[in-house]
Amino acid sequence: MTTAHSLAAEALTLGYGDRVVVESLDLVVPAGEITVIVGPNACGKSTLLRSLSRLLTPRAGRVVLDGKEVHRMPAKQLARTLGLLPQSPVAPEGITVLDLVGRGRHPHQKLFSRWNSEDDVAVAAALEATRTTDLADRAVDELSGGQRQRVWIAMALAQQTDLLFLDEPTTFLDAAHQIEVLDLLTDLNHSRGTTIVMVLHDLNLAARYADHLIAIADGRLHTAGTPAEVLTEESVRAVFGLDSRIIEDPVSGRPLMLPIGRHHIRPGSHEWHHVNDGQS
Amino acid sequence: MSAAVRPALVQAVARSRRRRASRRGLVIATLAVLAVAAFAVTLMAGQTFYPPRDVVRVILGEQVTGASFTVGRLRLPRAVLAVVAGFSFGLAGVTFQTMLRNPLASPDIIGISSGASTAAAIAIVSLSLGGAQVSIFAIVSALVIALLVYTLAFRDGVAGTRLILIGIGIAAILDSITSYVLSRAAEWDLQEAMRWLTGSLNGTAWEQVLPALVALVVLTPVLLSRARDLSAMQLGDDTASALGVRVERTRITVIVAAVGLIAFATAAAGPIAFVAFLSGPIAARLVGAGGSLLVPAGLVGALLVLAADFAGQFAFDTRFPVGVVTGVLGAPYLVYLIVRTHRAGGSL
Repeated sequence: MTTAHSLAAEALTLGYGDRVVVESLDLVVPAGEITVIVGPNACGKSTLLRSLSRLLTPRAGRVVLDGKEVHRMPAKQLARTLGLLPQSPVAPEGITVLDLVGRGRHPHQKLFSRWNSEDDVAVAAALEATRTTDLADRAVDELSGGQRQRVWIAMALAQQTDLLFLDEPTTFLDAAHQIEVLDLLTDLNHSRGTTIVMVLHDLNLAARYADHLIAIADGRLHTAGTPAEVLTEESVRAVFGLDSRIIEDPVSGRPLMLPIGRHHIRPGSHEWHHVNDGQS
Repeated sequence: MSAAVRPALVQAVARSRRRRASRRGLVIATLAVLAVAAFAVTLMAGQTFYPPRDVVRVILGEQVTGASFTVGRLRLPRAVLAVVAGFSFGLAGVTFQTMLRNPLASPDIIGISSGASTAAAIAIVSLSLGGAQVSIFAIVSALVIALLVYTLAFRDGVAGTRLILIGIGIAAILDSITSYVLSRAAEWDLQEAMRWLTGSLNGTAWEQVLPALVALVVLTPVLLSRARDLSAMQLGDDTASALGVRVERTRITVIVAAVGLIAFATAAAGPIAFVAFLSGPIAARLVGAGGSLLVPAGLVGALLVLAADFAGQFAFDTRFPVGVVTGVLGAPYLVYLIVRTHRAGGSL
């Protein structure tokens, strides 16, 4: 099992060039839970994730892991505690699954040190957890999108970090594979206590899988809390500018967001209509 | 976390990894043996054949009639420079190709070799400099060109395609400057001209070999110590950072070391065409995509230059400089890569 880590952002301001993307943001990532960050396109959620994992140096404020500022920690030491799977990692042409997953061992290897049995165990465990054992000798470029995503997650698992960050791990996957990936991450969280932080686009999947939900709007924290606290009709309107109806998901008991557009609204459902009318 | 892993699976992983490692070891050993064999053949064979015994005696410093001059003064420095320049080009080339994730991003395509070559040509032909001054001129110029290409290509991070196109443009400008310098030279010397245009080992003397050899000995460990970081950087800058690589620092170290290798080798032998460009892909074909290609590519480069120089001297009626032979080998591959890239949908 993993040790509990405290991770928090304090007055974080982030940007690229002249553009400020995230402004003076405070947040706490609960240890041992699955945190999902949601928000509209370009609201700064990926930027936030990159900064939490040290990829982007803050303009102001800081990210603190176990009392230490992550941007001041030695890179390899941090990489043994905190892993990140970016949105579009690049697989070298022709690389096999086993070799790719093995690269996750990088922060555990010293200069010129040889590959050891600990590395083998970590790679085997990562393959098994992601059910990619059968793919081990295949070339990554031959795999389907869902298989490839599992392999990338296996690489991140081989890194054996207590915190794992993922930037939109379900993009480009069909419904079945999205669920497969999210179930896999939940397994990990349950069996090892890995703290997971991910950005998701799909609000309903976010509400289904998150223990802790963070809504970002315009580079600021809008709300954070349990899905039931965060996913409300008011917050969806405030964060996404979208009218919706929130019902209880009959499958999970979590909130389920039903968007209300301009079309396909059942006649007579006035109570759903008036929200829209009120705005136009 | 490892408690749940099946031992059979761990063993399978270990076996597969060992199989790969031993294949890699075999390829490297074979390349090294071939390079040594080619080196030995170039020392023995030529207009006059000298048996291994004579060659060894010359290397040990004994006086052997005929052989001491032919082998000791002509063939040995030439063969050593072939190995040094070939290894330098192969190693530096694959370093760039790996770092920029593109086989076209080789220093001889993106203008770095041309920078060193133009500077060396100006230093020798126009300024009448020699020795270490030429090397310094070449390395400064190559670094400036590398910085220039990098800066011009920089926009929200370096995009591979833009960098390559800019580099090709700069290389064309530099090559024309070299031609101009050579054509204006007072003592127009075809051999010298060929060296700076395509690379040549003709008339190699020990004074030329030494700086390149020292650079190789110093810079190779620097690059090898970054081999793992480079492998991680192949997965993209973000992934590499997440794996604990200091991407910017590694990139600068690696660029300076690789440009240094190119510059010193070019100052000695000229920009031997396409060796940097070809060695990496050939090495990748031989050892597979998994491990680091640095050493295999260096060996392929050494072997290429030795074989091409030998062929250039003795396989045809006319003696060709080594760069003409490697150029003939490399050009079709360049066309093939561009055609394949175009078919694959535009991104270089």
